[in-house]
Amino acid sequence: MATQVEAKGWSRNEMAARAAKELRDGYYVNLGIGIPTLVANNIPEGMTVTLQSENGMLGIGPFPYEDEVDPDLINAGKQTISELPQSSYFDSAQSFAMIRGGHIDLAVLGGMEVSQSGDLANWMVPGKMIKGMGGAMDLVAGVKKIIVVMEHTSKGGDAKFIPECTLPLTGKNVVDMIITDLAVFQRPDHDSPFKLIELAPGVSTEEVRQKTTAKYVE
Amino acid sequence: MQKIYPNAEGALEGLLFDGMTIAAGGFGLCGIPERLIDAIQASGVKDLTIASNNAGIDNEGLGKLLRTRQVKKMISSYVGENKEFERQFLAGELEVEFTPQGTLAERMRAGGAGIPGFYTKTGVGTQVAEGKEVKSFDGDDYILERGIRADLSVIKGWKADESGNLIFRKTSRNFNLPAATCGKVCVAEVEEIVPVGSIDPDCIHLPSIYVKRLILGAPYDKKIEFRTVREREAA
Repeated sequence: MATQVEAKGWSRNEMAARAAKELRDGYYVNLGIGIPTLVANNIPEGMTVTLQSENGMLGIGPFPYEDEVDPDLINAGKQTISELPQSSYFDSAQSFAMIRGGHIDLAVLGGMEVSQSGDLANWMVPGKMIKGMGGAMDLVAGVKKIIVVMEHTSKGGDAKFIPECTLPLTGKNVVDMIITDLAVFQRPDHDSPFKLIELAPGVSTEEVRQKTTAKYVE
Repeated sequence: MQKIYPNAEGALEGLLFDGMTIAAGGFGLCGIPERLIDAIQASGVKDLTIASNNAGIDNEGLGKLLRTRQVKKMISSYVGENKEFERQFLAGELEVEFTPQGTLAERMRAGGAGIPGFYTKTGVGTQVAEGKEVKSFDGDDYILERGIRADLSVIKGWKADESGNLIFRKTSRNFNLPAATCGKVCVAEVEEIVPVGSIDPDCIHLPSIYVKRLILGAPYDKKIEFRTVREREAA
Protein backbone atom coordinates (compact mmCIF):
# COMPACT_ATOMS: atom_id res chain seq x y z
CA MET A 1 0.00 0.00 0.00
CA ALA A 2 1.27 3.42 -0.93
CA THR A 3 1.73 5.85 1.92
CA GLN A 4 0.17 9.27 1.31
CA VAL A 5 2.77 11.98 1.90
CA GLU A 6 1.13 14.93 3.61
CA ALA A 7 1.71 18.12 1.61
CA LYS A 8 3.31 20.93 3.54
CA GLY A 9 2.37 23.90 1.39
CA TRP A 10 2.52 27.57 2.35
CA SER A 11 0.98 29.20 5.44
CA ARG A 12 -1.04 32.41 5.10
CA ASN A 13 2.00 34.52 5.89
CA GLU A 14 4.18 32.52 3.48
CA MET A 15 1.61 33.15 0.74
CA ALA A 16 1.81 36.86 1.53
CA ALA A 17 5.62 36.67 1.51
CA ARG A 18 5.46 35.04 -1.93
CA ALA A 19 3.23 37.85 -3.17
CA ALA A 20 5.72 40.36 -1.75
CA LYS A 21 8.36 38.97 -4.13
CA GLU A 22 6.39 40.65 -6.93
CA LEU A 23 6.97 44.10 -5.42
CA ARG A 24 9.41 46.43 -7.16
CA ASP A 25 11.16 49.55 -5.94
CA GLY A 26 8.91 52.58 -6.45
CA TYR A 27 5.66 50.63 -6.77
CA TYR A 28 2.32 52.07 -5.68
CA VAL A 29 0.28 49.15 -4.34
CA ASN A 30 -3.23 48.44 -3.08
CA LEU A 31 -3.69 45.50 -0.71
CA GLY A 32 -7.03 43.82 -0.10
CA ILE A 33 -8.37 42.62 3.23
CA GLY A 34 -7.21 39.29 4.74
CA ILE A 35 -4.03 37.54 3.54
CA PRO A 36 -3.19 40.42 1.13
CA THR A 37 -2.87 42.78 4.12
CA LEU A 38 0.01 40.59 5.38
CA VAL A 39 2.03 41.55 2.29
CA ALA A 40 2.73 44.86 4.05
CA ASN A 41 4.80 42.99 6.67
CA ASN A 42 6.94 41.42 3.96
CA ILE A 43 8.18 44.44 1.98
CA PRO A 44 11.91 43.85 1.37
CA GLU A 45 14.33 46.01 3.36
CA GLY A 46 15.50 49.05 1.41
CA MET A 47 12.65 48.93 -1.11
CA THR A 48 10.32 51.91 -1.39
CA VAL A 49 6.73 50.71 -1.78
CA THR A 50 3.84 53.12 -1.23
CA LEU A 51 0.57 51.57 -0.09
CA GLN A 52 -2.71 53.10 -1.21
CA SER A 53 -5.88 52.97 0.86
CA GLU A 54 -8.92 53.47 -1.36
CA ASN A 55 -10.74 55.57 1.24
CA GLY A 56 -8.27 58.32 0.37
CA MET A 57 -4.64 57.93 1.38
CA LEU A 58 -1.24 57.20 -0.11
CA GLY A 59 1.48 56.08 2.27
CA ILE A 60 -0.23 53.88 4.86
CA GLY A 61 1.77 53.69 8.07
CA PRO A 62 1.68 50.93 10.71
CA PHE A 63 -1.06 50.55 13.31
CA PRO A 64 -0.85 53.51 15.73
CA TYR A 65 0.38 53.41 19.30
CA GLU A 66 -2.49 53.35 21.79
CA ASP A 67 -2.15 57.10 22.54
CA GLU A 68 -2.01 58.03 18.83
CA VAL A 69 -5.27 56.37 17.75
CA ASP A 70 -7.22 58.82 15.57
CA PRO A 71 -10.83 58.16 14.43
CA ASP A 72 -10.16 60.35 11.36
CA LEU A 73 -7.34 58.07 10.21
CA ILE A 74 -8.45 54.61 9.07
CA ASN A 75 -7.71 52.20 6.23
CA ALA A 76 -10.22 50.71 3.80
CA GLY A 77 -10.84 47.88 6.28
CA LYS A 78 -11.92 50.61 8.78
CA GLN A 79 -8.95 49.81 11.04
CA THR A 80 -7.08 52.65 12.75
CA ILE A 81 -3.68 53.31 11.12
CA SER A 82 -0.91 55.94 11.20
CA GLU A 83 0.59 58.29 8.64
CA LEU A 84 4.13 58.54 7.28
CA PRO A 85 6.15 61.69 6.44
CA GLN A 86 5.40 61.11 2.72
CA SER A 87 1.67 60.37 3.16
CA SER A 88 -1.05 62.29 1.33
CA TYR A 89 -4.83 62.44 1.70
CA PHE A 90 -7.50 62.92 -0.96
CA ASP A 91 -11.19 62.33 -1.59
CA SER A 92 -12.82 59.12 -2.88
CA ALA A 93 -13.24 60.40 -6.46
CA GLN A 94 -9.53 61.25 -6.64
CA SER A 95 -8.67 57.93 -5.02
CA PHE A 96 -10.52 55.94 -7.64
CA ALA A 97 -9.31 58.18 -10.44
CA MET A 98 -5.80 56.94 -9.63
CA ILE A 99 -7.07 53.36 -9.44
CA ARG A 100 -9.19 53.44 -12.59
CA GLY A 101 -6.72 55.62 -14.45
CA GLY A 102 -4.07 52.89 -14.34
CA HIS A 103 -1.72 54.70 -11.94
CA ILE A 104 -1.51 51.91 -9.36
CA ASP A 105 1.16 49.31 -10.24
CA LEU A 106 -0.13 46.31 -8.35
CA ALA A 107 -3.14 45.08 -6.37
CA VAL A 108 -3.14 41.94 -4.23
CA LEU A 109 -6.66 40.65 -3.58
CA GLY A 110 -8.38 37.65 -2.05
CA GLY A 111 -10.48 35.35 -4.19
CA MET A 112 -13.29 32.80 -3.99
CA GLU A 113 -12.84 31.52 -7.55
CA VAL A 114 -10.55 32.26 -10.50
CA SER A 115 -11.30 30.88 -13.97
CA GLN A 116 -8.72 29.61 -16.45
CA SER A 117 -9.32 32.75 -18.54
CA GLY A 118 -8.57 35.03 -15.57
CA ASP A 119 -12.10 35.88 -14.42
CA LEU A 120 -12.30 36.64 -10.70
CA ALA A 121 -15.22 36.05 -8.32
CA ASN A 122 -14.71 37.42 -4.82
CA TRP A 123 -17.71 39.51 -3.79
CA MET A 124 -20.90 37.53 -3.40
CA VAL A 125 -22.37 34.09 -2.86
CA PRO A 126 -25.98 33.76 -4.09
CA GLY A 127 -28.40 33.05 -1.25
CA LYS A 128 -26.06 34.56 1.35
CA MET A 129 -26.20 38.12 2.63
CA ILE A 130 -24.60 40.39 0.04
CA LYS A 131 -22.25 42.89 1.63
CA GLY A 132 -21.19 44.55 -1.60
CA MET A 133 -18.16 44.75 -3.84
CA GLY A 134 -16.58 47.78 -2.21
CA GLY A 135 -13.67 48.84 -4.42
CA ALA A 136 -12.78 45.39 -5.79
CA MET A 137 -14.40 45.84 -9.21
CA ASP A 138 -12.61 49.17 -9.68
CA LEU A 139 -9.26 47.69 -8.67
CA VAL A 140 -9.41 44.72 -11.06
CA ALA A 141 -10.56 47.01 -13.89
CA GLY A 142 -7.88 49.66 -13.43
CA VAL A 143 -4.74 48.41 -11.71
CA LYS A 144 -1.83 47.37 -13.97
CA LYS A 145 -1.21 43.97 -12.36
CA ILE A 146 -3.64 41.84 -10.33
CA ILE A 147 -2.45 39.08 -8.01
CA VAL A 148 -5.06 36.86 -6.36
CA VAL A 149 -4.02 35.12 -3.15
CA MET A 150 -6.33 32.31 -2.03
CA GLU A 151 -6.45 28.79 -0.63
CA HIS A 152 -6.08 26.26 -3.44
CA THR A 153 -9.33 24.49 -2.55
CA SER A 154 -12.47 25.36 -0.59
CA LYS A 155 -13.08 24.01 2.92
CA GLY A 156 -15.05 21.22 1.27
CA GLY A 157 -12.07 20.35 -0.93
CA ASP A 158 -13.45 21.80 -4.18
CA ALA A 159 -11.05 23.39 -6.66
CA LYS A 160 -11.10 27.21 -6.73
CA PHE A 161 -9.01 27.59 -9.90
CA ILE A 162 -11.62 26.28 -12.30
CA PRO A 163 -12.71 26.32 -15.99
CA GLU A 164 -15.54 28.87 -15.48
CA CYS A 165 -16.51 30.79 -12.34
CA THR A 166 -19.80 29.64 -10.81
CA LEU A 167 -20.12 32.71 -8.56
CA PRO A 168 -20.99 36.23 -9.78
CA LEU A 169 -17.92 37.90 -11.26
CA THR A 170 -15.89 40.77 -9.87
CA GLY A 171 -14.14 41.17 -13.20
CA LYS A 172 -13.73 39.37 -16.49
CA ASN A 173 -10.25 38.41 -17.74
CA VAL A 174 -8.46 40.50 -15.11
CA VAL A 175 -6.14 38.21 -13.11
CA ASP A 176 -2.38 38.10 -13.89
CA MET A 177 -1.12 35.82 -11.13
CA ILE A 178 -2.60 33.32 -8.66
CA ILE A 179 -0.81 32.42 -5.44
CA THR A 180 -2.33 29.57 -3.44
CA ASP A 181 -1.08 27.56 -0.47
CA LEU A 182 0.19 24.99 -3.00
CA ALA A 183 1.47 26.79 -6.07
CA VAL A 184 1.90 29.91 -8.19
CA PHE A 185 0.33 30.40 -11.64
CA GLN A 186 1.16 33.28 -13.92
CA ARG A 187 0.42 34.52 -17.41
CA PRO A 188 2.33 37.14 -19.40
CA ASP A 189 -0.79 38.79 -20.86
CA HIS A 190 -4.56 38.45 -20.88
CA ASP A 191 -4.63 36.37 -24.10
CA SER A 192 -2.33 33.64 -22.76
CA PRO A 193 -3.17 30.66 -20.54
CA PHE A 194 -1.88 30.46 -16.97
CA LYS A 195 1.36 28.57 -16.43
CA LEU A 196 2.33 26.73 -13.26
CA ILE A 197 5.60 28.47 -12.34
CA GLU A 198 6.25 27.42 -8.76
CA LEU A 199 5.35 24.78 -6.19
CA ALA A 200 5.17 25.27 -2.42
CA PRO A 201 7.54 23.06 -0.40
CA GLY A 202 6.45 19.41 -0.34
CA VAL A 203 3.85 19.90 -3.11
CA SER A 204 4.04 17.91 -6.36
CA THR A 205 2.79 18.84 -9.82
CA GLU A 206 0.58 15.75 -9.53
CA GLU A 207 -1.12 17.07 -6.39
CA VAL A 208 -1.71 20.46 -8.05
CA ARG A 209 -3.16 18.65 -11.07
CA GLN A 210 -5.53 16.68 -8.80
CA LYS A 211 -6.76 19.77 -6.99
CA THR A 212 -7.19 22.02 -10.04
CA THR A 213 -9.93 21.77 -12.65
CA ALA A 214 -8.80 24.79 -14.70
CA LYS A 215 -6.65 24.17 -17.78
CA TYR A 216 -3.13 25.53 -17.37
CA VAL A 217 0.32 24.97 -18.80
CA GLU A 218 2.80 22.99 -16.74
CA MET B 1 -25.82 86.18 3.14
CA GLN B 2 -25.69 84.20 6.35
CA LYS B 3 -24.80 80.52 5.88
CA ILE B 4 -24.33 79.65 9.52
CA TYR B 5 -27.35 78.10 11.26
CA PRO B 6 -27.71 77.57 15.00
CA ASN B 7 -28.31 73.82 14.76
CA ALA B 8 -28.94 70.89 12.42
CA GLU B 9 -32.75 71.13 12.60
CA GLY B 10 -32.60 74.79 11.58
CA ALA B 11 -30.14 74.10 8.77
CA LEU B 12 -32.42 71.44 7.27
CA GLU B 13 -35.60 73.53 7.52
CA GLY B 14 -37.54 73.55 4.25
CA LEU B 15 -35.19 71.04 2.60
CA LEU B 16 -36.70 67.70 3.61
CA PHE B 17 -39.58 65.90 1.90
CA ASP B 18 -40.76 62.28 1.63
CA GLY B 19 -39.30 60.33 -1.28
CA MET B 20 -36.27 62.61 -1.68
CA THR B 21 -32.73 61.60 -2.63
CA ILE B 22 -29.89 62.42 -0.22
CA ALA B 23 -26.15 62.10 -0.87
CA ALA B 24 -24.18 61.56 2.33
CA GLY B 25 -20.44 61.71 3.00
CA GLY B 26 -18.41 59.34 5.15
CA PHE B 27 -16.59 56.02 4.92
CA GLY B 28 -17.68 53.54 7.54
CA LEU B 29 -18.10 55.77 10.60
CA CYS B 30 -15.22 58.04 9.54
CA GLY B 31 -16.34 61.54 8.59
CA ILE B 32 -20.08 60.95 8.81
CA PRO B 33 -22.46 63.91 9.29
CA GLU B 34 -23.68 62.79 12.71
CA ARG B 35 -25.70 65.87 13.68
CA LEU B 36 -27.47 66.09 10.33
CA ILE B 37 -28.34 62.37 10.36
CA ASP B 38 -29.82 62.81 13.85
CA ALA B 39 -31.88 65.75 12.63
CA ILE B 40 -33.11 63.84 9.57
CA GLN B 41 -34.15 61.03 11.87
CA ALA B 42 -35.95 63.43 14.22
CA SER B 43 -37.82 65.06 11.31
CA GLY B 44 -39.53 61.74 10.48
CA VAL B 45 -39.04 62.26 6.71
CA LYS B 46 -39.42 58.91 4.96
CA ASP B 47 -39.08 56.86 1.72
CA LEU B 48 -35.57 58.21 1.36
CA THR B 49 -33.11 57.15 -1.33
CA ILE B 50 -29.64 57.59 0.12
CA ALA B 51 -26.41 57.54 -1.88
CA SER B 52 -23.65 56.73 0.59
CA ASN B 53 -20.70 54.36 0.40
CA ASN B 54 -21.86 52.52 3.53
CA ALA B 55 -25.07 52.32 5.53
CA GLY B 56 -23.60 52.86 8.98
CA ILE B 57 -23.65 50.09 11.55
CA ASP B 58 -26.48 49.17 13.91
CA ASN B 59 -27.66 52.36 15.60
CA GLU B 60 -24.72 54.43 14.33
CA GLY B 61 -24.61 56.74 11.35
CA LEU B 62 -27.19 55.94 8.67
CA GLY B 63 -28.02 52.80 10.67
CA LYS B 64 -30.20 55.14 12.75
CA LEU B 65 -32.41 55.93 9.75
CA LEU B 66 -32.68 52.24 8.91
CA ARG B 67 -33.89 51.41 12.39
CA THR B 68 -36.70 53.95 12.08
CA ARG B 69 -37.59 52.63 8.57
CA GLN B 70 -37.06 56.00 6.91
CA VAL B 71 -34.96 54.55 4.08
CA LYS B 72 -36.51 53.04 0.96
CA LYS B 73 -33.35 52.53 -1.04
CA MET B 74 -29.58 52.65 -0.56
CA ILE B 75 -27.03 53.30 -3.32
CA SER B 76 -23.87 51.85 -1.74
CA SER B 77 -20.74 49.81 -2.37
CA TYR B 78 -20.49 47.96 0.95
CA VAL B 79 -23.10 47.38 3.64
CA GLY B 80 -21.56 44.80 6.00
CA GLU B 81 -21.47 45.04 9.80
CA ASN B 82 -25.14 45.97 10.05
CA LYS B 83 -27.70 43.43 11.34
CA GLU B 84 -30.81 45.60 10.94
CA PHE B 85 -29.78 46.35 7.36
CA GLU B 86 -29.38 42.64 6.73
CA ARG B 87 -32.78 41.86 8.22
CA GLN B 88 -34.62 44.50 6.15
CA PHE B 89 -32.71 43.58 3.00
CA LEU B 90 -33.38 39.85 3.28
CA ALA B 91 -37.05 40.54 4.09
CA GLY B 92 -37.30 42.59 0.89
CA GLU B 93 -38.16 45.76 2.81
CA LEU B 94 -35.13 47.69 1.65
CA GLU B 95 -33.87 48.16 -1.89
CA VAL B 96 -30.12 48.31 -2.54
CA GLU B 97 -28.36 49.43 -5.68
CA PHE B 98 -24.89 47.93 -5.24
CA THR B 99 -22.45 50.26 -6.95
CA PRO B 100 -18.68 49.77 -7.15
CA GLN B 101 -16.97 52.22 -4.83
CA GLY B 102 -15.13 54.12 -7.56
CA THR B 103 -18.24 54.23 -9.73
CA LEU B 104 -20.22 55.66 -6.81
CA ALA B 105 -17.60 58.36 -6.15
CA GLU B 106 -17.45 59.21 -9.85
CA ARG B 107 -21.26 59.23 -10.17
CA MET B 108 -21.34 61.88 -7.43
CA ARG B 109 -18.44 63.84 -8.91
CA ALA B 110 -19.98 63.70 -12.39
CA GLY B 111 -23.44 64.67 -11.13
CA GLY B 112 -21.93 67.66 -9.38
CA ALA B 113 -19.97 68.64 -12.48
CA GLY B 114 -22.98 68.61 -14.81
CA ILE B 115 -21.97 65.34 -16.45
CA PRO B 116 -25.07 63.13 -16.79
CA GLY B 117 -23.17 59.94 -17.61
CA PHE B 118 -19.71 58.51 -18.20
CA TYR B 119 -18.13 55.31 -19.48
CA THR B 120 -16.03 53.10 -17.23
CA LYS B 121 -14.37 49.71 -17.43
CA THR B 122 -15.39 48.91 -13.86
CA GLY B 123 -18.06 46.20 -13.79
CA VAL B 124 -17.79 45.15 -17.45
CA GLY B 125 -18.88 41.50 -17.76
CA THR B 126 -20.41 41.46 -14.25
CA GLN B 127 -23.92 41.88 -12.78
CA VAL B 128 -23.20 45.60 -12.50
CA ALA B 129 -23.26 45.86 -16.30
CA GLU B 130 -26.75 44.35 -16.67
CA GLY B 131 -29.09 46.71 -18.50
CA LYS B 132 -26.35 49.25 -19.16
CA GLU B 133 -25.07 50.45 -22.51
CA VAL B 134 -21.71 48.93 -23.50
CA LYS B 135 -19.43 50.90 -25.79
CA SER B 136 -16.04 50.01 -27.20
CA PHE B 137 -13.19 52.54 -27.13
CA ASP B 138 -9.83 51.59 -28.66
CA GLY B 139 -10.72 47.90 -28.51
CA ASP B 140 -11.86 47.74 -24.88
CA ASP B 141 -15.44 47.62 -23.57
CA TYR B 142 -16.82 50.22 -21.18
CA ILE B 143 -20.25 50.60 -19.55
CA LEU B 144 -22.34 53.73 -19.24
CA GLU B 145 -22.92 54.91 -15.67
CA ARG B 146 -25.17 57.82 -14.68
CA GLY B 147 -24.17 60.85 -12.66
CA ILE B 148 -26.07 61.33 -9.39
CA ARG B 149 -28.00 64.53 -8.72
CA ALA B 150 -29.38 64.53 -5.19
CA ASP B 151 -32.00 66.80 -3.66
CA LEU B 152 -29.74 67.31 -0.66
CA SER B 153 -26.13 66.62 0.34
CA VAL B 154 -25.15 66.19 3.96
CA ILE B 155 -21.44 66.27 4.77
CA LYS B 156 -19.01 66.53 7.67
CA GLY B 157 -15.91 68.73 7.49
CA TRP B 158 -13.21 69.62 9.95
CA LYS B 159 -12.96 73.40 9.72
CA ALA B 160 -14.90 75.98 7.76
CA ASP B 161 -14.67 79.74 7.55
CA GLU B 162 -17.81 81.86 7.89
CA SER B 163 -18.22 82.02 4.12
CA GLY B 164 -18.31 78.20 3.84
CA ASN B 165 -14.79 77.47 2.57
CA LEU B 166 -14.04 74.11 4.09
CA ILE B 167 -11.20 71.75 4.87
CA PHE B 168 -11.26 68.10 5.86
CA ARG B 169 -8.98 66.15 8.16
CA LYS B 170 -7.01 63.03 7.15
CA THR B 171 -9.10 60.14 5.75
CA SER B 172 -12.39 61.75 6.79
CA ARG B 173 -12.42 63.60 3.45
CA ASN B 174 -13.48 60.43 1.56
CA PHE B 175 -16.97 60.76 0.04
CA ASN B 176 -17.66 64.10 1.71
CA LEU B 177 -16.12 66.05 -1.14
CA PRO B 178 -17.87 64.41 -4.11
CA ALA B 179 -21.15 64.17 -2.13
CA ALA B 180 -21.00 67.91 -1.39
CA THR B 181 -20.97 68.77 -5.07
CA CYS B 182 -23.86 66.59 -6.28
CA GLY B 183 -26.73 67.92 -4.18
CA LYS B 184 -29.05 70.78 -5.16
CA VAL B 185 -28.32 72.03 -1.66
CA CYS B 186 -25.36 71.00 0.49
CA VAL B 187 -25.54 71.32 4.25
CA ALA B 188 -22.21 70.90 6.05
CA GLU B 189 -21.42 70.32 9.70
CA VAL B 190 -17.93 71.05 11.00
CA GLU B 191 -15.90 70.86 14.18
CA GLU B 192 -14.86 74.49 14.10
CA ILE B 193 -16.00 77.68 12.34
CA VAL B 194 -13.28 80.30 11.94
CA PRO B 195 -13.38 83.92 10.68
CA VAL B 196 -12.99 84.56 6.97
CA GLY B 197 -9.29 84.90 6.16
CA SER B 198 -8.15 82.35 8.75
CA ILE B 199 -7.69 79.55 6.20
CA ASP B 200 -5.00 79.91 3.54
CA PRO B 201 -6.91 80.06 0.20
CA ASP B 202 -4.34 77.64 -1.25
CA CYS B 203 -5.33 75.03 1.35
CA ILE B 204 -9.10 74.95 0.90
CA HIS B 205 -10.44 71.51 -0.07
CA LEU B 206 -14.09 72.47 -0.75
CA PRO B 207 -14.72 76.01 -2.04
CA SER B 208 -17.58 77.93 -0.40
CA ILE B 209 -19.77 77.84 -3.54
CA TYR B 210 -20.79 74.27 -2.69
CA VAL B 211 -21.65 74.89 0.96
CA LYS B 212 -25.09 76.51 1.21
CA ARG B 213 -25.72 76.01 4.90
CA LEU B 214 -23.31 75.40 7.74
CA ILE B 215 -23.50 74.35 11.36
CA LEU B 216 -21.03 73.89 14.17
CA GLY B 217 -21.48 70.24 15.14
CA ALA B 218 -18.95 70.03 17.99
CA PRO B 219 -18.43 68.39 20.39
CA TYR B 220 -18.00 65.11 18.53
CA ASP B 221 -17.77 61.67 19.99
CA LYS B 222 -16.16 60.00 16.98
CA LYS B 223 -16.71 56.27 16.86
CA ILE B 224 -14.07 53.75 15.75
CA GLU B 225 -15.17 50.52 14.04
CA PHE B 226 -11.95 48.54 14.41
CA ARG B 227 -9.42 49.84 16.90
CA THR B 228 -6.06 48.39 15.89
CA VAL B 229 -2.85 49.37 17.70
CA ARG B 230 0.77 48.29 18.05
CA GLU B 231 2.87 47.95 21.17
CA ARG B 232 5.69 50.36 21.88
CA GLU B 233 9.05 48.65 21.63
CA ALA B 234 10.69 48.36 25.04
CA ALA B 235 13.26 51.14 25.52
